[in-house]
Amino acid sequence: MSERTIIFKGGLVAGARAVTRADVLVADGVIAEVAPDLAAPHGAAVLDASGCVVGPGLVDLHTHVREPGDEEAETIESASRAAALGGYTAIVAMPNTEPPCDSASVVADVLARGRSASCEVAVAGAITVGRGGRALAPMAEMAELGVTLFTDDGACVHDGDVMRRALEYTKGLSVTCAQHCEDPVLAAGGVMHEGRWSSMLGLRGQPTLAETSIVARDLGLVALTGASLHFLHLSAPESVRLVAAARDRGLPVTCEVAPHHLTLDDSQCVSYDPRFKVNPPLRPTALVKELIELLRAGAIDAVATDHAPHASERKDLPFDEASPGMLGLQHALGLTVEALGGTETLDLLVLFDLLSRHPAAIAQLRGADERRAGHSPHGGDVAVGEAANLCAIDLESPTVVTDASIVSRSKNSPYVGRTLPVTVRHTLLRGVPTVLDGAAVR
Amino acid sequence: MTGADSLLGGSLLSAAQLSRAGLVEVFDVAEAFAEVSRRAMPKVPTLRGKLVATLFFEESTRTRLSFETAARRLSADVASLGVASSSVKKGESLRDTAATVEALGADVLIVRHRSSGAPAQVANWLQHAKVINAGDGSHEHPSQALLDAFTVRAALCEARGQVSEGSGASVFEGLRVLIVGDVRHSRVARSQVISYRTLGARITLCAPGTLLPRDADEWGVDVAERLDDALGEADVVSVLRLQTERGSGSHLPSLAEYTATHGLTERRAELLKPGAVITHPGPMTRGVEIASSVADGPKALVTRQVANGVAVRMAILFLVLGGEPSLLQGAP
Repeated sequence: MSERTIIFKGGLVAGARAVTRADVLVADGVIAEVAPDLAAPHGAAVLDASGCVVGPGLVDLHTHVREPGDEEAETIESASRAAALGGYTAIVAMPNTEPPCDSASVVADVLARGRSASCEVAVAGAITVGRGGRALAPMAEMAELGVTLFTDDGACVHDGDVMRRALEYTKGLSVTCAQHCEDPVLAAGGVMHEGRWSSMLGLRGQPTLAETSIVARDLGLVALTGASLHFLHLSAPESVRLVAAARDRGLPVTCEVAPHHLTLDDSQCVSYDPRFKVNPPLRPTALVKELIELLRAGAIDAVATDHAPHASERKDLPFDEASPGMLGLQHALGLTVEALGGTETLDLLVLFDLLSRHPAAIAQLRGADERRAGHSPHGGDVAVGEAANLCAIDLESPTVVTDASIVSRSKNSPYVGRTLPVTVRHTLLRGVPTVLDGAAVR
Repeated sequence: MTGADSLLGGSLLSAAQLSRAGLVEVFDVAEAFAEVSRRAMPKVPTLRGKLVATLFFEESTRTRLSFETAARRLSADVASLGVASSSVKKGESLRDTAATVEALGADVLIVRHRSSGAPAQVANWLQHAKVINAGDGSHEHPSQALLDAFTVRAALCEARGQVSEGSGASVFEGLRVLIVGDVRHSRVARSQVISYRTLGARITLCAPGTLLPRDADEWGVDVAERLDDALGEADVVSVLRLQTERGSGSHLPSLAEYTATHGLTERRAELLKPGAVITHPGPMTRGVEIASSVADGPKALVTRQVANGVAVRMAILFLVLGGEPSLLQGAP
């Protein structure tokens, strides 16, 4: 056995179809054996997995790595460390960097910087040049580098004709467009959800209609073009219902929600603490409850973080001037378990579907792709021959979020002080530990 | 609404902080200071050695002048930082500006800002100094609402032949207050709704649909569709200024149409009950939200509001800086 032999002992295994009690042997980056009570081979590193479930490494569809352009807020390296501590083995970097990922050269640069990171870094390309919403970006050229997801995230492709052409163009490239649904006219510069709280706090609100109207329009465009479309960070239950109904009719659409829309509501804005400012905004309790119900009912494909680090000088501002967004990678797993109802009744297959298997499928990270040099398959089965992108989640140890535990370069988490129901114990990237006993190791 | 029974030693960020007793305490302290204002030498040494700083990040002359006059009558030192000051123009953050002013030794920062919530954030950032909200965005303007209610109490007590000092909140019990105009963008309206309700009054809002706040029904108020119908019921009419700088202009077809539907014209003023009173936070746009003859007429309390503003702000400063109301017994 080589020194890259690792064995998870004493835990549960969340496979593609069933949860079993088994040990997992990993050798040379690949799963070598999955069976109960395996004997540790000589020289193997034994990882205690008691109380844990071992499953596929998590995959985030929605990370703002801030590199290039805003390395004070976050870097690929720091984001990937936060990701590994959160149980992730792959993230999709959003293109709203400076310069934006709207050309092959910037995409190649970010991919290259990601090769030494603590998780694999896929890149989403921009749909339009400069994310300006007008001229189509060279998506075929970016697709050649292995880009499978295109979005102007941070901005909505608001012009219906541009969005239609983007869908028609990407259909022939075997890639997927992803939309940030926000009609800027209806949102009207709103800095929080429009309702009772915005009205009392004197803050400009944006109605859920700013989101749902774009969802409805784009579902129509999918029907018109036949192209696939992914809906980013849906915050309104009505948006999810529209997508789910279209999916049931056979349209090639998927959607994600962010953990904060499942665990925080707009009443938090009463403190005027800009850590609670995010776009789309936090919604009222009643809508949060509906969104949780839809998550539990299987209407939502994936939970994605919308990890959005901001340096303190962008958050230590009046609420309406502060940048929107909050950290997500380190705590999304615990928050998702919370939204699903806690560890007692947790369906582990559903958990890994939402956080690993479905996002991997949406970003086309499940198979090997020769265009993506150095990348391995994610979101697979925990079975012999699969790439050893794995995480072990301790279901019996809660985590208390502290300022000091945040490894992002920015600290804008609204969850400091909150207790999350689980802890990430170990993470393996291609068979090599990135997290051991809850600590980052590379 | 369960506010504190005293403002003593705390910041004043929202009218919701104060219970009925807390509001009445401010009124009674203000009565004592109103007496000071009527003296030939209207000054007391109460806050000698204290440094009061005004930080106005939005243009204002009236409120600032009122607070500064109040501070000077209490013998406090006054430092002013305006929107045009060099540090703000050079891009210094609100947090750094506030910390600098505190480091200069300010005991209280009177903050006006175009952003809702900014004074509350400043209060969180500071180590020791207290904060008085002098108007934040479309959120609140508590000192204005307090001086409005104080003026209404004095005027109604006078009309009934009562002494207002020590009258508590009795005149507000069941009082009908009609707030007319740009409620959506008005910080005065939010503070008024909170404080008048706390005092026991019943509130009606009247505004064009675009200037009504979202979910106003959850504010515990009535909404009147037509001003003409609501005027006859009102004991107090609070006329708001059109906040064109906060975007109310785009919410209306024209100012003339606003005057036609919601202006307090001479004709409409005749619909009021004989004893009704009118307040306006100023500055007035005569001929738009209120006719000149109405503004200058006997029902309007506008000049009394301005005079009382100094006394109420003296009371706020006195309490925020920890003065015991009992010290006032016969003192100033």
